Amino acid sequence: MRKLNIIIAAAAVLGMAVMPARAQLKLNGAGATFPYVIYSKWFDVYHTKTGIEFNYQSIGSGGGIKQVTEGTVDFGATDGPMSDAQLKEAAEKQGTEVLHIPTVMGAVVATYNLPGYTGDLRLTPDVLAGIFLGDITKWNDPKITEINPGKTLPDVAIIVAHRSDGSGTTYIFTDYLTKVSKAWETKVGKGGSVNWPVGLGQKGNEGVSGIVKQSEGSIGYVELAYAVKNNMPYASLKNKAGNFVKASFDAVSAAAEGALANMPEDFRVSITDAGGKNSYPISGFTWLLVYKSMKDKEKAAALVKFLRWAMTDGQSFARDLYYAPLPAQIVKLVEKKISTIETK
Amino acid sequence: MTTNEKLYFFWRKTKNNAMLVFSMACLLVAVTPLVLIFSYTLIQGISALNLDFFIQMPKPVGETGGGMANAIVGTGILIGLGALIGLPVGIMAGIYLAEYGDNPFAAATRFLADVLSGIPSIVVGVVAYIIVVLPMKHFSAFAGGVALAILMIPTVTRTTEEMIRLVPQSYREAGLAIGIPRWKTTLRIILPTALKGITTGILLAIARAAGETAPLLFTALGNRFWSTAIDQPIGSLTVFIYDYSKAPFEDWIRQAWGAAFVLIALIFILSVIFRIVTRSRYAEH
Amino acid sequence: MTRESTVIPIDVSTAGGGGSFPPAVAASVPHRSKVRWNVGDFVFKHLTMLFAFGVLSLVFLMGYEMYAGSALTITKFGWNFLATSTWDPVQDEYGALPLIFGTLLSSFLALLLALPLSIGVAIFLSELAPRWLERPFSFLVELLAAIPSIVYGLWGIFVLVPWLRQSIQPWLASHFSSLPFFKGPAYGFGMLAAALILAVMVLPIIASISRDVLQAIPNLQREAALGLGATRWESTKIILATAKSGILGATLLGLGRAVGETMAVTMVIGNRSEISASLFSPGYSMASVIANEFAEATSKMYTSALIEVAFVLFVLTIVLNALARLIVWSVTRRFKTT
Repeated sequence: MRKLNIIIAAAAVLGMAVMPARAQLKLNGAGATFPYVIYSKWFDVYHTKTGIEFNYQSIGSGGGIKQVTEGTVDFGATDGPMSDAQLKEAAEKQGTEVLHIPTVMGAVVATYNLPGYTGDLRLTPDVLAGIFLGDITKWNDPKITEINPGKTLPDVAIIVAHRSDGSGTTYIFTDYLTKVSKAWETKVGKGGSVNWPVGLGQKGNEGVSGIVKQSEGSIGYVELAYAVKNNMPYASLKNKAGNFVKASFDAVSAAAEGALANMPEDFRVSITDAGGKNSYPISGFTWLLVYKSMKDKEKAAALVKFLRWAMTDGQSFARDLYYAPLPAQIVKLVEKKISTIETK
Repeated sequence: MTTNEKLYFFWRKTKNNAMLVFSMACLLVAVTPLVLIFSYTLIQGISALNLDFFIQMPKPVGETGGGMANAIVGTGILIGLGALIGLPVGIMAGIYLAEYGDNPFAAATRFLADVLSGIPSIVVGVVAYIIVVLPMKHFSAFAGGVALAILMIPTVTRTTEEMIRLVPQSYREAGLAIGIPRWKTTLRIILPTALKGITTGILLAIARAAGETAPLLFTALGNRFWSTAIDQPIGSLTVFIYDYSKAPFEDWIRQAWGAAFVLIALIFILSVIFRIVTRSRYAEH
Repeated sequence: MTRESTVIPIDVSTAGGGGSFPPAVAASVPHRSKVRWNVGDFVFKHLTMLFAFGVLSLVFLMGYEMYAGSALTITKFGWNFLATSTWDPVQDEYGALPLIFGTLLSSFLALLLALPLSIGVAIFLSELAPRWLERPFSFLVELLAAIPSIVYGLWGIFVLVPWLRQSIQPWLASHFSSLPFFKGPAYGFGMLAAALILAVMVLPIIASISRDVLQAIPNLQREAALGLGATRWESTKIILATAKSGILGATLLGLGRAVGETMAVTMVIGNRSEISASLFSPGYSMASVIANEFAEATSKMYTSALIEVAFVLFVLTIVLNALARLIVWSVTRRFKTT
């Protein structure tokens, strides 16, 4: 009998644990690892400010798109925009449109691990594609040494690191490579998850930067913030105008300039391989995926408030974390979009 | 003995000694990884553990400090849910197998329970996703609890059965002899006698569940905030270790080792308890 | 129990629904035609039976759900799913061959490394060690089995992989460069790392069960051999011959665990879906692909493909476990003395 009482008491306690869930508003989101550095900062600051919890799980853009489609989260995040087919499927399953809300812009950099190599490593689009295609296998390959005159590169094998999960970062990276390399376009193509010719796979931006940090002679593609936060060197890339540019928020903003004129209504646009002499060639927007009409209107209202904050106060955090804030014109357009989200 | 015989005997003796040395060497080689892993985790983990680890919440990406308070509680809640669902099923099934289990149905159940214990935990996670997450339309601690319950059931069932079988027949007969109905005898006499052993079986099942990562990846998902709600995603020590281990952030890696140490310490203590209790059990009978 | 005049007015036949009694009790109680049927007994027995049935049906439920969940890819690819090598989520083309290859290669390699060691350990613990040594070491070996997979993985990433990359792989590459098994850059991560970690993980299982099997064989056999003048090792050889099938069962159980191992493998195998002869190259296993890609399978076909992989894994481990249990069970039953 005593055992039974204990069990009942335990069940009651557990039941009570469910209650507090209503007192504090909590929203669940999942998706891209690309903006995770700034999103985690935003949600932390916003929580201290308003007490509302945005629980974000960085499981990759692919995960974000899937969970938004299945309706298992309140919002998603991706840096590879959803395709028309995916939008259609999500709309059918959830009974409402899914909106892309751009939040910040970031850069995908080629980070590497070459102990003993000092200074800048320069790469051209062809060489970058060659490395990731598996055509260039050693660091002292003439193709690399000729664009880095005066530097000694070791006779070490190149260990390529890429994403093993569905990734918006991969989307941006392969989108760029498809534009600049015919060989890449035919052999691999672009997408959130592609058939990599060579290399080790790991989950998330964290995983790829983890491999590169650990393995000598490795190279991988990650969002700028991850490379900087871990004191990992990254290469400067030759852009369309012919200049070697190192990623920075200014270089990313320069890349976005060209897109301003033709911004599509749903914000799904690619800014890789942009023109302009200071543009960083592998830049991209990152979006939050929100439902136009959520079932829980209280959550919708909270989400809208947060998005408005992200467009104003939130943007001030971007530079410190190595993301580029949205250009003012785009912020205006986004705010108009946010007001279409139904909160009643 | 002729010289030939002497030589042959010497050869046999040598083989004998060689095998002795070989098998001892095997043991040492086998135990070495355990010692390596345990000591490495100990060294890395202890230095990582401070009060913050147990009390604080995770910090934003890239910032140092913070802790895993929510993950520790999360693991506790997940195990609690798993136990709440899995223990009654396992114990009742174990009672059936021990008390009424001399028929083909029981034999099949016994067999399938053993088979169930060998199913990879990731597969259990997939099933939990299909039957809980999809209908509920979101990730939740409950889904994680269901996955852990499925993992606990085989161990609890078989241990309960074994422990009840160990209770001497005389107890049953005594109960029946003074007119107590069969079911009351089982509940009030047999079960309490076997309780010590059953509890340790439960502890073992809990130890196994506490160390599981794969089934939680897409059921309980994860939560960087403090959460005790059953219908919300929840963090756990194991998933935190997984997330942190892949990243390059030094501070995350330090915390991952701390969590690994907590897990190992927990499992070690529970295993020792189990060993002590079952040893004395067997010694009694 | 030989008393004739017990005063329990219960019919021990099963017709009354009061439950079947253990044979020892049943045999000693005189049969009566009067039935005292107890509601409590009926309810209790059937309640527990219900739960037992629940456990039984759990396996079937799981199988059914996964089979239903993979309907899409089963209809699209049929058996080709197991035979083709392209795992391309973009084109929605799924072939699980590299995954199956990765799982089987890493598991068999692990067995190759772990089996001789396990048998050595089992022999030592069961035959050669004195009691005071055997108990703590048995406990230590079992403790190895209790370490969570994630901790193995953590150790794998930060200790094993760098060691492989910096010391072992270069050594192997320079000494055995002619063999196809050691070609390619020294990633550290890859099939070799996975096989080594798996070997450490299955060793305690095979060792513990083999030790149990050896201990179950009655001393008579050992004493007979020793009495005829055999050395310790020679008598052990004879015991081993008897224990062969039990050890086979233990091996199958170990294989079952290796095949289903997820976290430790995912963290060190390199996550590349390809088939290669070299142990240095990264690979992929069935469990790893599910862990990595399930949360984000964006199309119905993709999800179905992953569920089908889970189903294949499910069937594989059930077959291995069932075989193993049958074998081990039959061996230990032969020697049960009660």
